[in-house]
Amino acid sequence: MGFLTLEKLSKIYGDLAAVQDVDLAVDKGEFVSLLGPSGCGKTTTLQMIAGLVEPSAGKISLDGRDITRQKPNHRGLGIVFQSYALFPHMTVAQNVSFGLEMRKVGKAERDERVKTMLGLVHLARFAERYPRQLSGGQRQRVAIARALVIQPPVLLLDEPLSNLDAKLREEMQFELRRIQQSVGTTTIMVTHDQAEALSISDRVVVMEQGRMTQIDAPYRLYERPATPFISSFVGKMNRLEGVWRKGAAEIVGVTLPTEAGGFAEGQAIALSIRPEKLALRPQGQGRLDGTILHRFFLGSYWLFTVETPAGPLSVSVPNDGDEPARQGAAVSLDWAPASLRVEALAARGAAA
Amino acid sequence: MSSARATSTPWLLVGPGALFFLALVILPLVLTVILSFHAFDHSSGIKNEFTLAHYAAVLSDDYYLGIFWRTLRLAALTTLICAVIGAPEAYILSRMRDPWRSVFLLVIIGPLLVSVVVRAFGWSMLLGSTGLVNQALQALGFGPARLLYTETAIVIALVHVMLPFMVIPVWTALQKLDPAVEAAAWSLGASHFTALRRVVLPQVSLGMLSGSLIVFGLSASAFAIPGLLGGRRLKMAATLVYDEYMHELNWPLGATIAIIVLVANLLIMLAYNRVVEGRARRTLG
Repeated sequence: MGFLTLEKLSKIYGDLAAVQDVDLAVDKGEFVSLLGPSGCGKTTTLQMIAGLVEPSAGKISLDGRDITRQKPNHRGLGIVFQSYALFPHMTVAQNVSFGLEMRKVGKAERDERVKTMLGLVHLARFAERYPRQLSGGQRQRVAIARALVIQPPVLLLDEPLSNLDAKLREEMQFELRRIQQSVGTTTIMVTHDQAEALSISDRVVVMEQGRMTQIDAPYRLYERPATPFISSFVGKMNRLEGVWRKGAAEIVGVTLPTEAGGFAEGQAIALSIRPEKLALRPQGQGRLDGTILHRFFLGSYWLFTVETPAGPLSVSVPNDGDEPARQGAAVSLDWAPASLRVEALAARGAAA
Repeated sequence: MSSARATSTPWLLVGPGALFFLALVILPLVLTVILSFHAFDHSSGIKNEFTLAHYAAVLSDDYYLGIFWRTLRLAALTTLICAVIGAPEAYILSRMRDPWRSVFLLVIIGPLLVSVVVRAFGWSMLLGSTGLVNQALQALGFGPARLLYTETAIVIALVHVMLPFMVIPVWTALQKLDPAVEAAAWSLGASHFTALRRVVLPQVSLGMLSGSLIVFGLSASAFAIPGLLGGRRLKMAATLVYDEYMHELNWPLGATIAIIVLVANLLIMLAYNRVVEGRARRTLG
């Protein structure tokens, strides 16, 4: 039994099940991300936890209390909205102080807590500014401070970084984690950005079409994706289809070494390997020969598309300072057999 | 050549509008101001002499001051009632979903499509001694109430006419409001009422300000409604001006009253605007 639990939570709009039979247990102090493409039901799930959308079925409990039908203003959860939803007619300090006023906290204590919270988000100097006088990142911090100052049992973040530019997003991502860890608040974040979810969460929940398809620690999610959708949505993935012949994976006559086994002869299989698990070797010195089709420089690494007899493969190589093979060069690919994952393809393969 | 054209282009563009404005607003106004200083004699009519007598007469006569005071009072009351009814109406409208929102918006704007005179007659039928309202009151066991030709009748009809002018600016202000802001207030522990009062209301105050200015200005200079529902005795500024011109044939005095009403109206609205807008602008930017 977690601190915050969702049991068989569903939201049905007419014929459409936005969220269906979602079960989740979040521990105290944990940072959990709901990850998925738009329309997967992650925001609806968050809004049900917040009390802004009423569930069609299921139960939400917080610290053992059933809060499924409780009004949002009695739940006491901290919410950071995608648009930040700051009160434009109030100063930063007044925005942060609002939740404390609603809780009838005395003026002296209120000022003290607002000051401490603004210090935590590095906005002490901006207390008397209005939201319109702040930059996007600063508004974001105000929204976080406003949600945290009421010391909520759970902090809900709805796409908190999506309105920031790339550079700032990266900074705020770590900033968010720092703040969360220093306060220790249980946090649930909704995001469609896999990098964001992987980098700062304790656990990531992947949602597809209203259902949770995998709940795992970020690295396990990345290394062992439960569905083909997750493998392509989280990070980049090379996916090839082949058959199992004589105890090895084979694609159009090319045999690829792997550690997997136990498939029936002639079973259709899907092979997947991450681009960074492939290494470029001089021609003839690897396991699979090919030629470089494209080469992209991405700063910290190089991304290649290598045309091989088994099909085109993406390869990423860390930038070690030297220029690697050029476009058109003949190369060979190498990999640790353990990193090539093999899965049986169901029914469709049996006919092939 | 081209630079000469560039400087003359803006003037050519504003030319037609400016000419219209000059001919239809400024010129009659200037003529009215001049007229208000002309002396008048009941036997010989307007004389070619200038005097301040009309201003002195109007400003020292309790009869005129009483009518000015009534005009101010009724216009302010109408504005207040419009704000009290119109702001919630606009809020409900902004929370409606689309087929209904369009329908109700049309219902609210609907009265503007009907002539003021027709609507005033409609109200006089409803509020008359044997009208629907009195019949209903009697059916409920209340005695017949005198409604027609009272200030109540004028205010009721004015509110009906002016409501769209309050609802539309407030609605526009609400459209600009992020709906998540209200949800944010709830999440911080505010009740629905507190969220409305502390978060929504301050942000639509500019809309309410412009609505109030329109409603006040139009109510204070309303003519058809006080004329038809106030009867011969209960006069407001515009009906008074009409009487001076058309019944007394004392055009200079009518012009004087018109100018005084205009200036008073202008002063009240500017002062109100300064006070309220100044405060709102500082926080809303």
